[in-house]
Amino acid sequence: MTTARTPVDPAGDSGYADHPPRMGFFTDTTVCIGCKACEVACKEWNAVPEDGLDLTGMSYDNTVGLGADTWRHVAFIEQRKPIGRQDPGLHHDQDVLTMAEHGTATQPPEAGMTPTTPGAGDDFRWLMASDVCKHCTHAACLDVCPTGSLFRTEFGTVVVQEDICNGCGYCIPACPYGVIDQRKDDGRAWKCTLCYDRLGDGLEPACAKACPTDSIQFGPLDELRERAGRRVEQLHEAGVPEARLYGADPDDGVGGDGAFFLLLDEPEVYGFPPDPVVTTRDLPAMWRHVASAAATLAAGAVAAFLGARKGR
Amino acid sequence: MGTSFGRGGATTFQQDLANSDCIVIQGSNMAECHPVGFQWVMEAKARGAKVIHVDPRFTRTSALADIHVPLRAGSDIAFLGGIINYVLEHEKYFREYMLAYTNAATIVNERFAGADELDGVFSGLDRERRSYDVSTWQYEGAEVQAASGKRDQLWAERTRHGVRQSGRGEAHGSGGAEIGTEPRTDETLEHPRCVFQILKRHFARYTPERVEEICGVPREKFLQVCELLTENSGRERTSAFAYAVGWTQHTVGVQYIRTAGILQALLGNIGRPGGGILALRGHASIQGSTDIPTLFNLLPGYIPMPHAHTNEDLATFVEAESAQKGYWGNMKSYLVSLLKAWWGPAATPDNEFRFDYLPRLTGSHSTYETVLEQLDGTCNGYFLMGENPAVGSANAKMQRLGMAALDWLVVRDFSLIESATWWQDGPEIETGELRTEDIATEVFFLPAAAHTEKDGSFTNTQRLLQWHHQAVEPEGDARSDLWFIYHLGRRIREKLAAAARDGTRKEADAERDRPVLDLTWDYPTKGRHAEPEAEAVLAEINGWNADAEPLSTYEQLKDDGSTACGCWIYCGVYAEGVNQAARRKPGTEQNWVASEWAWAWPLNRRILYNRASADPDGKPWSERKAYVWWDAEQEKWTGHDIPDFKATKAPDFEPEEGAKGPDALRGTDAFIMQADGKAWLYVPAGLTDGPLPTHYEPHESPFANLLYGQQRNPVRQLLRHENNRFQPSDGQPGADVFPYVLTTYRLTEHHTAGGMSRWQPYLAELQPELFCEISPELATERGLEHLGWATIVTARTAIEARVLVTDRVSPLRVQGRTLHQVGVPYHWGPNGLSTGDAVNELASMALDPNTHIQEVKALTCDIRPGRRPRGPERVELVERYQREAGITDETGTEV
Repeated sequence: MTTARTPVDPAGDSGYADHPPRMGFFTDTTVCIGCKACEVACKEWNAVPEDGLDLTGMSYDNTVGLGADTWRHVAFIEQRKPIGRQDPGLHHDQDVLTMAEHGTATQPPEAGMTPTTPGAGDDFRWLMASDVCKHCTHAACLDVCPTGSLFRTEFGTVVVQEDICNGCGYCIPACPYGVIDQRKDDGRAWKCTLCYDRLGDGLEPACAKACPTDSIQFGPLDELRERAGRRVEQLHEAGVPEARLYGADPDDGVGGDGAFFLLLDEPEVYGFPPDPVVTTRDLPAMWRHVASAAATLAAGAVAAFLGARKGR
Repeated sequence: MGTSFGRGGATTFQQDLANSDCIVIQGSNMAECHPVGFQWVMEAKARGAKVIHVDPRFTRTSALADIHVPLRAGSDIAFLGGIINYVLEHEKYFREYMLAYTNAATIVNERFAGADELDGVFSGLDRERRSYDVSTWQYEGAEVQAASGKRDQLWAERTRHGVRQSGRGEAHGSGGAEIGTEPRTDETLEHPRCVFQILKRHFARYTPERVEEICGVPREKFLQVCELLTENSGRERTSAFAYAVGWTQHTVGVQYIRTAGILQALLGNIGRPGGGILALRGHASIQGSTDIPTLFNLLPGYIPMPHAHTNEDLATFVEAESAQKGYWGNMKSYLVSLLKAWWGPAATPDNEFRFDYLPRLTGSHSTYETVLEQLDGTCNGYFLMGENPAVGSANAKMQRLGMAALDWLVVRDFSLIESATWWQDGPEIETGELRTEDIATEVFFLPAAAHTEKDGSFTNTQRLLQWHHQAVEPEGDARSDLWFIYHLGRRIREKLAAAARDGTRKEADAERDRPVLDLTWDYPTKGRHAEPEAEAVLAEINGWNADAEPLSTYEQLKDDGSTACGCWIYCGVYAEGVNQAARRKPGTEQNWVASEWAWAWPLNRRILYNRASADPDGKPWSERKAYVWWDAEQEKWTGHDIPDFKATKAPDFEPEEGAKGPDALRGTDAFIMQADGKAWLYVPAGLTDGPLPTHYEPHESPFANLLYGQQRNPVRQLLRHENNRFQPSDGQPGADVFPYVLTTYRLTEHHTAGGMSRWQPYLAELQPELFCEISPELATERGLEHLGWATIVTARTAIEARVLVTDRVSPLRVQGRTLHQVGVPYHWGPNGLSTGDAVNELASMALDPNTHIQEVKALTCDIRPGRRPRGPERVELVERYQREAGITDETGTEV
């Protein structure tokens, strides 16, 4: 198994000699008020179509998860636990690929707690968190894209070019978070662009602009990580020991996320895979195996051929 | 707010919440309904403030609060009264502040008797008329006028007309209080009839034990709130209250707010940074719609609309409505300037500035009485602009029946709302109660422009006027409201003028036309649609002097006709000919009060009554809470904000004998609109239902009033109609047919009655249909399933909703019983992308007697599994419930 590389310069690695700092999102879920302004602002700015008028019964979440037509998604988690105590009571054996298939929201059967799960005591809390494409340091979607539609921008973000995408769909199972998705009526892949068009004009992404409580913060990733670290310390001092960062670690399975989160519970509670790994991680090894297998096969074939000749 | 402090507006601004040490949000779901302003609550929390949310449901606001206190809907006065009792009993009040700035020391006349003596009612109750003789509530030795509210109450005494006038819905004067100038006081606070002692006696019974029994709040939790609030109030610390329609929409709504007013005045939290009471308004310019009112009983700037008193002239009106002391003493200047703005050269001293042109009230003409007048045939035409009563008003069926009795109806909106389509597909068409072919109403639907398509201003929750510029032209035939009103008026005037010229108009009609023909109606227009210049309207509202120069303050207004001003409290918004509301200097380039961002009334003051942020000598109460103070060297008030006080009036100023108006205010009279310069703990005039807040059960309640024999507000306003029947309350036969408490509310994702959100795909998909929220316990009790259907029934109708079973709604222990509450958001109707039954169908027309606002935040209901019946069976189901509960036209109408 190869180990993830330490922090890199994804834009520089992609050939941008002189480029702006890597930009990203820090989503502090402890101040999210679940207003969904991010969802609406995203759809308005990017002209993402409405995608269904279904009452899901999953608390106030009728969006369900990220997809081709949802690039920001606010999860709502109702829990019988007080702020300050930590016992998610969840098993950590979830299959990441299954979760990715489901999208990023916890489906009721898989959720540790649903609105109708019986419990005890007066303790109650309602977690809200706005999810988005993670703009991974090692982005598998980008690795597998055969057309070059997915590309790394000068800001270190990952963007699909809809005029190049041919709808092959390779990127979809490649994403360890289940973010990128094909739009049903046109077959092409769509996801958050971190408002690449706005960044080029010196504007912050629409979701961050609309967020009234600064739960979604946009900026140079270095600064965001530093700020996030301080915020976690502050929360720990304030008696919230379960506050932790998700996706901020450059040594994790995707080399750290360009969009990372401050959570109050285990990642699975919010519908995040607990230990995401870039799905193309094993590709070099796999190709080595393929090569040796092919060589073996070829050798076998040659041997069989030679043997046959011998038998004549 | 108006009667307690002098002005009907939030005393503070949202940004100032960041300076609070403790924020109590009650009667409001601020995070969901005011998400942008909620950032300042989060800022305060980040700085270490405690955030307390008191609400029947656990909402998105509760999720971000330090403490959520679930309480029974409709029991807030008991809860807040309990805190007042705690403050008084434990001497937690801010004594110096209370003595200097409130009427705690004032002595009340000896005819007054309180609810503690009379088992829940006050002296002066006339049970026949369902009203109070409010003269028994006056101070001793002086008769004071209210800064707002029902100022016509003592018309007869004040004008020395002894005979009660017919057709006066609001005034019930008899007997006579002595008219004086200075009320008697006792600074030791020991006189048994001083306000402080009356307050103590009144609230003594609001004990933690009673709070627990009435509100369902465990006393430990209640005491925790008391401690947090009092620890964070005083010289060094301040606490703020934020409320919204969770307080106003009750039959005792005004008194809810009064209770918070008393508490904040006792704790010294008014007029100081991080303190105050924030009235969170329902939508974009609701504050503006009371400042320049769409209300029947007010003229711009809270000048009361005259009643139909016989032979009332301008002088009599001013004598009756103005105050001897304080800024309402100048009411004549405000009124004359308004008349000059409206009738220009036609308004002269000889004709009393055309005071006779103003309409006269013959009683209450609120939206709900108007429905009855439609049914009576006295109201034949109706304009609906930005209003969807077929969904948004209590007992929506009555609204539709009223509209069905009209000759014509004009609906201006940007969505084809239910109020425009009820005649073809409304609920009564489905049940067969109405038939399209029988409805004679001619309905006009006119498309309206959105705010992005026109110039104009919003006056927001904190009295801040913010200008918006047109971004795009409206599509198709859509036009602005300003365009519509201006051109409607222009065409009517042309028609009337033509009729006058050719003599086809009868003389009596011609007389009636003159107020319309004499109006100043000459706004410049622009563009291909002749859109009036919105800024020209703003300039008229601001006012000008005889030389047509813009005024900069209402202190310049004159009562001789030399000034014109469309709304005296907005005077200054166009100072120096500059649109002050359009200022957008970034916060980073000015101090935290940000006085150069837009413009707030009055005179750009951001915290009202801020004289009280300094002690009587003019020094800040503490360094930490310094805001406005007296600079002895410069001999003027200075500080972070514009002083809400005469800038050069020294703290030790004593008025001369016989001084009137603002000149009669002392250097310590911080509440400059009040007739005695004080915040009113006790309200001697201006309210119809009592000088002190009293816990009454909601009009429909599954519980008896534990504190008094008087069950409900005795003077609550009930509109009687066979389609507006009421349900029995606890102790009456049939009450158990409607065992649950129902409360209505809003969601972030939708806007009020849905006209602005249910047609928007990006909003509709976020909350796609109507649901009700209930606890797992109630679900078990009634066999309701998560995501299944429920039918909710009241004496008015039955509606259906999908079920969300959630811990966010919790059963409560009230009076030894388990109470279940049902929560329903009211945004839906049958039209649009996101649909559902209209929840307001369930509510009745039972109103607050001061504001005529409906009680939709606490009523009783039944809930059962399954969808509601279709067609005539829906009506039959409701009739069956009525029979089972023994409901008649008289049920619930007891005093």
